[in-house]
Amino acid sequence: MALDVQKIRADFPILQRQVNGHPLVYLDNAATSQKPQVVIDAIVDYYSNYNANIHRGVHSLSQEATDVYEAARNKIQQHFGIQHAHEVIFTAGTTHGINLIASGFSSFLKKGNEIIVSALEHHSNIVPWQMLCERTGATLQVIPMKEDGTLDLSAYISLLSEKTKLVFVNHISNALGTINPIETIIQKAHEVGAAVLIDGAQACSHIKPDLAALDVDFYVTSAHKMCGPTGVGMLYGKEVWLKKLPPYQGGGEMIKEVSFEKTTYADLPHKFEAGTPNISGGIAFGAAIDYLNNIGFDAIEAHEKGLLEYATEQLLQIEGLRIYGTGVKKTSVISFNIEGIHPYDIGTIVDKLGIAVRTGHHCAQPIMDFYKIPGTVRASFAFYNTKEEVDRLVAAVSKAKQMLT
Amino acid sequence: MTIKTIQEELIDEFAMFEDWMQKYEYMIELGKSLPLIEPSLKTEDKLIKGCQSKVWLHSELKDGKVRFTADSDAIITKGIVAILVRVFSNQSPEAILAADTSFIDEIGLKEHLSPTRANGLVSMIKQMKLDAIAYQTQLKT
Ligand SMILES: Cc1ncc(COP(=O)(O)O)c(C=O)c1O
Repeated sequence: MALDVQKIRADFPILQRQVNGHPLVYLDNAATSQKPQVVIDAIVDYYSNYNANIHRGVHSLSQEATDVYEAARNKIQQHFGIQHAHEVIFTAGTTHGINLIASGFSSFLKKGNEIIVSALEHHSNIVPWQMLCERTGATLQVIPMKEDGTLDLSAYISLLSEKTKLVFVNHISNALGTINPIETIIQKAHEVGAAVLIDGAQACSHIKPDLAALDVDFYVTSAHKMCGPTGVGMLYGKEVWLKKLPPYQGGGEMIKEVSFEKTTYADLPHKFEAGTPNISGGIAFGAAIDYLNNIGFDAIEAHEKGLLEYATEQLLQIEGLRIYGTGVKKTSVISFNIEGIHPYDIGTIVDKLGIAVRTGHHCAQPIMDFYKIPGTVRASFAFYNTKEEVDRLVAAVSKAKQMLT
Repeated sequence: MTIKTIQEELIDEFAMFEDWMQKYEYMIELGKSLPLIEPSLKTEDKLIKGCQSKVWLHSELKDGKVRFTADSDAIITKGIVAILVRVFSNQSPEAILAADTSFIDEIGLKEHLSPTRANGLVSMIKQMKLDAIAYQTQLKT
C-alpha cells in the first residue's frame, strides 16, 4: 500500500519550518528522526495528567503511570517479536545497552577469551569492548570490511573458535547504510557457543526485526531514531542470559531486600532498571511504535526504497560524485563525496540552502580510514521525505559543486 | 596597518555583499588565494585537529613581528583561515594578544567560529595567541 506522504508530513510540526530562508529538508535521519505530534502529545499528556513515580505508590496516579509505562514495554515486546515482557529492559539508549552488556560480561570473561566486533561499528561503541578486554585480559578481533562496504564473512568465520565468547555487530551501518547478514552471523556464532549482541540503532526506523526468529541473544536500540524521544531505548536479552548477567547499576527498583549483610536483587526486568526511569520517555517510545505500525513497515520500506533508488540515480548524474557503500542490501542512506571537494564544504553550502545533511566521519573513523577519506556527506532518508526533497538535495549539491570548483 | 584597521577593512568588504552566496564565493576565493604553507611544514605538530576539517598553522618571528602561514583541507575553512592570517600576521605579539575576534561576528561568519563546529578554527585562534605568548617571552629574554 502506498503511503500518503503529504498526510504524514502534516503529523510532524518541525517539517513545516524554514531554515536559512528555505523550507527545511531534513536528511539527517540517521542521526535522529523527527517526532510526530502524537509522540510529543504523549510526553505532554503524562506530565499534564498523570505524572507520578511508578512501581511504588499505592495511589491511583502512580498506578495509572505504571500501567501506561508497562503497556509501553508490552508494545515494544510485541513489536520486536519478543517472547516475554520481562526480556525488555528500558535503557537510556543504545550506548547504555551496550555498556550494560559489556559490563555484565566482565564477570564471565578471562584471559584467552575473544570478543569479535566488526569494522563497520559506530566507533564509540568499540570503546566498551576495549575497556572490557582491558579489565578481563580477553582480546578483541575485528571482522574486516570489503570495498563495497559489506563485511567479509569468510574472514568472520575464520575468526570464530571456541575462544569466542561474544560477537558484536550492528544490524545496519550508520556510515554507509549497509544491512549486515546478521542471520548468518548469529548462526555461525552459536555454532561455537558464542553469544551475539546486535546494535539495532540504525535498523529499527527502517525495518521491523523479528527477534525471536533471529534467535539473537541481545539486541539494543534507541527510541530517538524511530520517532521517539531522546534518552530512552531498549535492551532485549534472552531470559537465560539476563538471569545470568549481574546487575549493572545499584539503586532503587533493582532490589528485593536490602540489609547491610546481603541484598537480593529484584526479578527481571527490574534487576536492570535501577532508579526512577525516564517515564515519559518510555511512554512516548510506546506511542512512537504505535505511530510507525499504523503507517506500517511494508509501506515505509517501499517508500524509502523508492527514495533511495531515485536519489542514487539523480546524485550519480553529478560528475565526480562517488557513493560509498554500494553493497546491494542497504537502507536509505547515501554517503558520498565529490572528487576534489571536502565534505565539510558541501555540508556548509547545502545547509545555507535549508538542507540538513551530516558531514564528517559519522563516528566511524575506521571506515573512513579504509577508504582513505576525511569523511563523507551523508544524506539519510525517512518515510516522511519526498522526491521533491531529493530534487532539492541534488540541486543544492550541484550548486555547491559549482561554487567550490 | 593595525589589527583594528584590517578588521574594519574586512567588515567594509563584506558589507558589499548582498547575500550569503556572494559572501561565500568571496571566502572561497580568499581560501584559494591564501599563500600556501610550505608542504614541508604541513607536519603532524603543525596540525590543529577539528573533527571535520584540518587546519595547519605555522608561525615565525621576524623583526619583532609574528608571521603566520596556514592551510586547511576544506576550502571554506581555508577562507576563514585566510581572513585570520590577514588580521594577525605581521603584527607584534602584544597586538595579537590584545586583539579580539568579534569582527567575525560582524561580517556574519560567527557560526564558523562556534566551538561545536569542530572545524579547527577556534583552536587555531587559540594557537595563534599561544604562539604570540611564546614570542613575547622570547623577545623579553
Ligand atoms: C549504529 C549506531 N549505534 C549506536 C548509536 C548510539 O546511539 P545512542 O546515542 O542513542 O546511544 C548510534 C547513533 O548514532 C548508531 O548509529
